Amino acid sequence: MLSAKDLRITFNAGTPIETRALRGLSLDIPSGQFVTVIGSNGAGKSTFLNAVSGDLPVDAGTVSIDGVDVTRQPVWLRAGQVARVFQDPMAGTCEDLTIEENMALAQMRGARRGFGRAVKPSMREGFRERLATLGLGLENRLTDRIGLLSGGQRQAVSLLMAALQPSRILLLDEHTAALDPRTADFVLQLTARIVAESGLTTMMVTHSMRQALDVGDRTVMLHQGEVVLDVSGEERRGMDVPDLLAMFERVRGEQLADDALLLG
Amino acid sequence: MSLFSLLGALEIGLVFALVALGVLISFRLLRFPDLTVDGSFPLGGAVAATLISSGIDPFTSTVAATVAGALAGLVTGWLNVRLRIMDLLASILMMIALYSINLRIMGRPNVPLITEPTVFTLLQPGWLSDYVARPLILAVVVVLAKLLLDWFFATQTGLAMRATGSNGRMARAQGANTGAMILGGMALSNALVGLAGALFAQTQGGADISMGIGTIVIGLAAVIVGESILPSRRLVMATLAVILGAIVYRFFIALALNSDFIGLKAQDLNLVTAVLVTIALVIPMAKRRFVGKRGRA
Repeated sequence: MLSAKDLRITFNAGTPIETRALRGLSLDIPSGQFVTVIGSNGAGKSTFLNAVSGDLPVDAGTVSIDGVDVTRQPVWLRAGQVARVFQDPMAGTCEDLTIEENMALAQMRGARRGFGRAVKPSMREGFRERLATLGLGLENRLTDRIGLLSGGQRQAVSLLMAALQPSRILLLDEHTAALDPRTADFVLQLTARIVAESGLTTMMVTHSMRQALDVGDRTVMLHQGEVVLDVSGEERRGMDVPDLLAMFERVRGEQLADDALLLG
Repeated sequence: MSLFSLLGALEIGLVFALVALGVLISFRLLRFPDLTVDGSFPLGGAVAATLISSGIDPFTSTVAATVAGALAGLVTGWLNVRLRIMDLLASILMMIALYSINLRIMGRPNVPLITEPTVFTLLQPGWLSDYVARPLILAVVVVLAKLLLDWFFATQTGLAMRATGSNGRMARAQGANTGAMILGGMALSNALVGLAGALFAQTQGGADISMGIGTIVIGLAAVIVGESILPSRRLVMATLAVILGAIVYRFFIALALNSDFIGLKAQDLNLVTAVLVTIALVIPMAKRRFVGKRGRA
């Protein structure tokens, strides 16, 4: 279970451009739950994700995973429990390394790296099997540099890599936003499949309300660094995008200026 | 060009092959522009020459010089990782600091090794003359260093180190301690350079405070020349390429300096280096432009 308590992050504190990105955000996600996170630009979605992964230090508050406080752990130490797929398809893989080297790197996530061979022949069969499930023919290109792959292909491999090691948390940061609609759909289906198979506790940030309601078990909306909406179960099942918008407006008591952006 | 100067060029080329391997690690794999090299090369020479001339066994002295190089690299890495000083600046600081440190170690601007034993005089078989034996011994050292690096960069730790240079954020997300990788990589890189300096002092008859000037340019020249001779992204090929690059580079330098009709002298070395590196940089770009045009036609 992932638990964030009273997280506070302020950028450029004490200057005229001070931004309070997180203002006491608290959220508990039980093990195995798939939460989608929405919110307008600047709502604090990415900041929240970066606080959970450890990329951004928090000013106050705690992040704990299964009851263990990880707030002060650096990213690489937390990586044993937190897998991540970035928005930029180029960011999640090493373009200079081959497909199998990238996967071998992910295979060792959370383990001690020693002086054993990184890519063992015995691993290749496993890599091939997993790549074959993508149906992209990548299983025959293990020794190709990953830089030769398209953005969608790289994002798909990133997802496979995230699930290669049993971890507890999967963070997805608008990971379909930079892809064309068809590829985005493919990657989204792959996400749902991988999360279902591995039972990962998942947090997916998305810009699309449609996506937020279609995937996962629970939807959380952030606004000005706080959780303003949290729907799940029966209530969520009956919801549609306009309902979500209406709820948001009721909660905030104000008209959303960027409906168009949220509906996109 | 005589056989004698040919073997001499090979000898220096092989010494700089070690420097080139070090530069390959810092500049290419870690993407850390490291000028420490200009200080760690004479550091290796200074440590080895001082220890040998005070009666220490040449092998122990050479190992000590290698360790000294590694420590220098470690400090540069530490300045960058822990104190968050920009990489290039951290290495420049270390390079400057090493100038004083090297003077301190030697106690004077140069330490000659004329009658003292060196690793070369100890390993040289009686029936072989020194100008043949030295390149042979150096070739063995360079091949061993290459094989060791090829092995290391195929291990789990080595792969994490390559990922650190290629995409640090991704490496961290995959649980690689990127700070430790930079420290380790810089130590490894400068250890090779320290070793090169120690061997250079032992082939050239001593260490000199100014022997480090331009080491980084020569190392980089070797890497760039090697990459244009043997362009490959595979690491096993890349290590071979920079070794060839170092030898070819020294060969051309010798050719330029030995050809009376060109009229170049030893003091023109740095100018020749700059011209060679420029040519090596421009050829691949010109080639790409040419191929690109043909492709569109």
